[in-house]
Order: sequence, then C-alpha cells, then structure tokens
Amino acid sequence: MSGERTGGGVVHRFGDGIDTDMLAPGRLMKRPIDDLAAACLEALDPGFATRVRPGDVIVAGGNFGTGSSREQAAQVLLTLGIAAVLARSFARIFYRNALNLGLPVLVCPAAVEIPSGIRLAVDPIAGRARELDGAGQDTGRSWTCEPLPDHLMTMIADGGLLPHLAKRLAKRA
Amino acid sequence: MTLAERIIARAAGRVRVVPGEIVTCRVDLAMMHDSGGPRRVKPMLDQLGVRVWDPERVVVVSDHYVPAFDADSAEILDLTRKWVRAEGIARFYDMQGICHVVLPERGLIRPGMFAVGGDSHSPTGGAWGAVMIGIGATEMAGVLATGEIWVRVPPTLRLEWSGHLGPAVAAKDMMLHLCRTLGLDSATYKVVQYAGPAIAALPMTERMTLCNMSAELGAKTGIIAPDRMTAEALAATDAGEMMDVADWADSPGAQYEAVHRFDASVLAPQVAAPHSPTNSAPVDDHGCVAIDQAYIGACTGAKLVDLKMAARVLAGRQVAAGVRLLIAPASTRITTEAAADGTLATLTGAGAILLSSGCGACAGYGAGVLAENEVCISSTARNFKGRMGAHSAKVYLGSPYTVAASAVLGRIADPRDFVA
Repeated sequence: MSGERTGGGVVHRFGDGIDTDMLAPGRLMKRPIDDLAAACLEALDPGFATRVRPGDVIVAGGNFGTGSSREQAAQVLLTLGIAAVLARSFARIFYRNALNLGLPVLVCPAAVEIPSGIRLAVDPIAGRARELDGAGQDTGRSWTCEPLPDHLMTMIADGGLLPHLAKRLAKRA
Repeated sequence: MTLAERIIARAAGRVRVVPGEIVTCRVDLAMMHDSGGPRRVKPMLDQLGVRVWDPERVVVVSDHYVPAFDADSAEILDLTRKWVRAEGIARFYDMQGICHVVLPERGLIRPGMFAVGGDSHSPTGGAWGAVMIGIGATEMAGVLATGEIWVRVPPTLRLEWSGHLGPAVAAKDMMLHLCRTLGLDSATYKVVQYAGPAIAALPMTERMTLCNMSAELGAKTGIIAPDRMTAEALAATDAGEMMDVADWADSPGAQYEAVHRFDASVLAPQVAAPHSPTNSAPVDDHGCVAIDQAYIGACTGAKLVDLKMAARVLAGRQVAAGVRLLIAPASTRITTEAAADGTLATLTGAGAILLSSGCGACAGYGAGVLAENEVCISSTARNFKGRMGAHSAKVYLGSPYTVAASAVLGRIADPRDFVA
C-alpha cells in the first residue's frame, strides 16, 4: 500500500451514509463475490459497476460503510479495482474490514469537495490526493487525508491482515 | 475506569487503560454465524495452515440461511455443519434462532466478558454487562488463529434515562429517538453505556434491544452495568447459577466523554421513515401511511417480550384485510415459550403468519421480502434502501406495539390507542 495507488483514477463521488446494503446487497450475499460486485451501489447509481475502471477512486461524505459487518462491502470495491476510498468518516467495522483486506480507506475532512469525474492520484501513506490533468500532469490541486493509524502500518505494508498473520505465524514456528 | 474500560483492561492484562490507547485483548468468546462464519473463515485458516485456537471459546449459530431455501443456502449450511464438526466446536446451534438471542439463552455471555461477534449487532451482548464487539470475517479469522484482537480503547458515552416508559412505549422507541437526536455516527469508536432509573426498570430482553441498536449509533458496543435483575436472569438461563455481578461496575471517578440525559416519561412511540433509522419521529407525526406488510422479526424485535407486546395489541382484534402480518420469533425456545403461555395463539388467532426463526427478511435473506413500491412497518433495526427487498420498497421502523397496531388498522398507527 506504499506509494501512489493510482496514477490518476477517475473520481466517483457519493454522499453521506453509504451503507453496506448499497455496497453488497443482502439478496446476493450467498453468491460469489463477482455477482455481488456487479450489483455494488446499484440502488443508488445503476450501472456503477460497469462504468467503474480499475484504479478509480471513491469519495464520500460521513459514515461510509455504515450497517452490517459483512466484509464483502469492502471486498466488492477491491474486486471492481477501486484504488482507494476517501470519506469524511467511516463506520468502524467497515474501516477495519477494508484495511484488513488491503483496501486503502482514508479519512479526508474535505472529501466531499473533490469533484466527480476528475483524475486523482492517491498516496495512502503520505495521506495525500492530488489532481492530475488528461496528460497525467499535476494540476496543483490537492487534498490532505489523515495518516493511517501507526499501529496498523506493518499490517498495511504486509498487504492486509492475512499476509501479516502468515508472516507472524511463520516467525513463531 | 468505566465498566467497558475495566473489562478491556482485564482482557489486555493491564491494570489500567485510557481511551485512545491501542491494546491487544485476549478473547473470552468468539461468536459467528453461517453467513460471515465458517464459509468465510475456513479458506483463510486453511491458507494460514492453522486451526481454531480454542474450540471451547467459539460459538457458531446458523441463523441467516435457515432453513435452506435453495441450493446455495443448503451448501452454506452443510459447509457450516462440517466445519464445526472438524474443528471440534461443541457450541453449535443449527436453526435454533438468531445468534444474539441464542447466546444469552444458553447462558454463554456473562458479566465481565470480552467477546467478539461476526455480526454488527453483536453489541447486544453488552446488556449482560459484557464488552461484545462486532467484527468482519478476516478479523474473525485473525481471532480464531491467535485468540487475540487489537482494540483502540473507546471512550464511553453515558446515556442516562430518568422517568418510566409510558404504556405501549418500549426500548425500541428509546433507540429510534436516540438515532434521530444523536445520529448514526454519534458513537463511532465509542462505547454507549445506558444508565438511570428507566434502564434499571427494563427487563433483560428490553435491555438487549438497547444494546443491539447501539450498532445503529455507530458504537463499538453498548453496555449496561449488571444488577440484581442481570444476576437473576442469568441464573434462569442455561448458566443456571447466580453470579456475583457487583464487581462489574464503573470504578469511582470513571470518566465519560459525555453524558446525555433523556426522560422516558415523555417519550411517545417512535417511527423511523425510509431509508434510515435517523428519520424517526413520534408516530403521530407521520400522518396516514397505508401499509402492505407488518413484520415482527430479527434479533432486535422478535424476543418473547416483543411477541407479548404484539399480543397485547392483537388480543381480540384482527389484522386488516389486504395486510399481511409476518412474525418470525427470534429463537425456537421463544416459539416454545410463546406457545406454552398462549401468546402464539393470540398472534395467529389475529391472523399473523408464523415464520421460522432466523434473520429472515430483515436483511433480505429469507421469507417476507418486499415487492417494488410496497410499504412495510417492521420491528427490525435497519430500513436502508433495498435492504428488505426491492429498491423502491419503503420500510418504516417501530416497536412491536406499533407494528401490531399498524397491522390492525392497515396504516401506521399509534399503539397507545390499543393498550389501556
């Protein structure tokens, strides 16, 4: 998760309270992750899953991921290739789920000021998102995110909780 | 320290913890269900090449895909049974009810415990004076592999309720009121502690409703300091013994992040409009809203106390023509008790349709989901868009009293007109 996650993914902007049912609808929870991903955010923005491209970025308001503990709510975003989620705040279970799976989720107080459709390069470690123009050049506009929690840096550097645990368990053996 | 801080300190092997610090806790109990449990964690544990750290501390409840209704759900339940057997997990409850209700019925959650649950409504366990935190599947795999979890020690919000609830007003109304006045992210990363005379007067199952919906405030968990009622109720479960609960309380000088005060005596029945529990208002503010379905179910709203609320309203009355009232008792034991004491006969006599015990339509999994543009009033915890079926369906939330009264009139109704 070090360095810039995306060299200019397109921003998809949403409002407050994006819930886990919108991200991963309950009726499809028994299906494989690709089926769930295809329905991601369909209740709010039909066609989102087909429009989104690997490297794209979601920006949102407060309490992103509110609701269920279902980890698939974060996993579908990874499946669709979302490079990072920037939100004013996150629901706590979603936040831990996302980082455990290796999806950068960044608290960005000004997230809702980031316009939909612009291209954004996001560096989760530095906590910075900068706008790029069509040629991939810095436009000079950027937004600051809160740094990821210190105590999670090793896990994040390892790529998530499972690879982190695998390393820990290997050391113990 | 507050009660939650004391429990976290004990689990972390520390004399003292302060909010904000990161500690690693030993887990006393890990609970999971068929949806987020074995089918998700098995491949992860296999990948790590480890087994469950302590099968005695693990509880598995199949409640989401029960009973199997298609090939996918049958496979999930089958996988769950096989994994539990392979791991030697004795505390497995297959189609016995919803995990948050089955756990205390069996006396498995006790004051002072530090527990995790693979479901967002895990704070329900806090009604018994425990810290019980909801987590996701990878996090659970980590707990199962190591017996540990990291925790950022949460500050405690104290919600003090004075007075006494009026007729046909319940814990569910208190929570809907809190969702509106405090907001769905008001307690993110915090513990919500309920206290005061109105809380002390509530039976354990109503306290469970409060702690359950702490999830809707964004809380890490909800908690109520155990008292004599807790000890007596615990003795009546499979735990079967009185426990000295006096030790599990705030220590003198406990610091709260904030104290909010509420008066139960002035609280009217509350109803939350689509598509968020924050859209709550006194029932009479909603005007005339015709309904297609009334649903009494889920961990939040189908305990025996909830069924009895509905029965008080429905006794000698009938569900309105053109309206369906579905009732899914939260556990099989509740069904047995409700059958024995006549509650069930009152409900079905009024025209209610009895469903099996499980998470059901609450999360769009089981029987009772909604068609396009249908309107439902439900005793469940969440009314997010599309959660209970079609995206255009509208779900209102209310107490079992309010849901039953609405079923009788065929529109959202004030239950105070039904309960003398």
